Amino acid sequence: MLKFDNVSMRYPEAGDVLRNVSFHLQRGEMAFLTGHSGAGKSTLLKLIAVIERCSRGQVLLDGENLNLAKDRQVPFIRRKVGLIFQDYKLLQDRTVFDNVALPLVIAGYGHHEVSRRVRASLDKVGLLGKEKKYPAVLSGGEQQRVGIARAVVNKPPMILADEPTGNLDPELSAEIMHLFEQFQQVGVTILIASHDISLIAQMNHRILKLDHGQLVAS
Amino acid sequence: MKHVNKKPVKQEPRWQTKISGGNFVDKFHAYRNLHAHALFSSLGRLVASRFSSAMTIVVLAIAISLASGFYILVANLQQLAGNLEASNQISLFLKDEISEAKANKFAASIRQNPDIQEVKLITKEQALAEFQSHSGFGEAVKALEKNPLPIVIQVLPKNALENEQALEVLLDDFKRSAEVDFAQMDMQWVKRLQSIMEVARRGVILLSLLLGAGVLFITANTIRLELHNRRDEVVIAKLVGATNGFIHRPFLYSGFWIGFFSGVTAWFIVTTIMLILKQPVEKLSRLYDDAFHVLFFGFTETLALLFISSVLGVVGSWIVLHFQLRQLKPE
Repeated sequence: MLKFDNVSMRYPEAGDVLRNVSFHLQRGEMAFLTGHSGAGKSTLLKLIAVIERCSRGQVLLDGENLNLAKDRQVPFIRRKVGLIFQDYKLLQDRTVFDNVALPLVIAGYGHHEVSRRVRASLDKVGLLGKEKKYPAVLSGGEQQRVGIARAVVNKPPMILADEPTGNLDPELSAEIMHLFEQFQQVGVTILIASHDISLIAQMNHRILKLDHGQLVAS
Repeated sequence: MKHVNKKPVKQEPRWQTKISGGNFVDKFHAYRNLHAHALFSSLGRLVASRFSSAMTIVVLAIAISLASGFYILVANLQQLAGNLEASNQISLFLKDEISEAKANKFAASIRQNPDIQEVKLITKEQALAEFQSHSGFGEAVKALEKNPLPIVIQVLPKNALENEQALEVLLDDFKRSAEVDFAQMDMQWVKRLQSIMEVARRGVILLSLLLGAGVLFITANTIRLELHNRRDEVVIAKLVGATNGFIHRPFLYSGFWIGFFSGVTAWFIVTTIMLILKQPVEKLSRLYDDAFHVLFFGFTETLALLFISSVLGVVGSWIVLHFQLRQLKPE
């Protein structure tokens, strides 16, 4: 599903952020990406979402070389990857329903289809009945579940999460991780960047460890 | 031998299909849904920020009504000038002591001139009758004991005498004649009026261009502010796979609505002003043989007004999107 082949990333101002990173995630695999701050976790995720392009090597997503994707193809690549952020990135002036519906509206789905899928997605994260609420009135855990519902509503084959539990207490964090496992069970490939070592250790999944831009454990 | 044109097979990445279904009907529905979404969401946003939208629209409407009001003013004046045909006709007012017989003889002598196309003699009585019926001073004239009007000979030079110098020479000749008291080129003022109208028409075009540019930039600035306010939304939409088209569309529709509503408002402003002016103008016109009727916006002009203002709105927002949106990149 996701293959990094000798990927290096160099920023003119910061030098090498990633050095010769190679790994392969199978379809339906769940993995944690870990490492100290500034080890290159976020940069690695940005390469998959084509927010950045690598300087050397190649990133293959679902068999396609992301380096060769033209700018106008980038939106369609992003539709295959559900993104989840530490700060949730929800639209505060929109209801939960509208937030989750955004990827479907972008893809041009009709009203009924949007409504049906948004409900199904909210049901999966346990927020059915809160469609009309605004993000500000929800707890952190609930907001992150809205973020997850938005990421999966389009049924992407891959989910990327950048420190999804960074702002949550351990109990809520475990709940969120459990949610990810449920998605993995239906065949979604999941890559979670996190430095919550104790949480990761509790779960029995593959761990990719970055140290100063190099992959030291896989 | 058959020539086989072997082009390298270009492998198109699979993510090009826009929607999972991918057949024509699905694509059409998706396209329609996207446009409906942009159309109504932009309208909704306009209504949601009523006060600022109204202010922008009124400013634009005033600019548009200045240009279109000037246009309709010139169109009205043109109708006045258009009724009058410019000709080189010369009127000779004969001296009071010249008798009708002498005048006829003088007219006959003018007819001999090869440069003259037509000569028409108006007797004192004819002139009086015409004056009474047209001037509105009928009763006053009747009160006079003696007909004060002179005999008039109207001379129409041949078309060959178009150039001003030859006409001046002819006019001077007439002025020197013993029978003539006063000679004047009748329609010179029409020519002057037509020249003035030409200047006014140019003025309208220049003014419209200037005000149109104003409308363009005011819309652009409004859209720029909206883009700035919705920065987060744009970035998030990009992250979840929005195309540039999806991002642009609501802003383009916003520009369209702003332009369209400004056009409608401008139409009402100009029409109201014309309605206020209508009564006194028609009263004035009645005093001049109903030579003039107030012209309002016709159907075509209304359509043109709405079309142009909508297009200015769309183009204004396009300019901003083109130059500003590239800077908005997800982090």
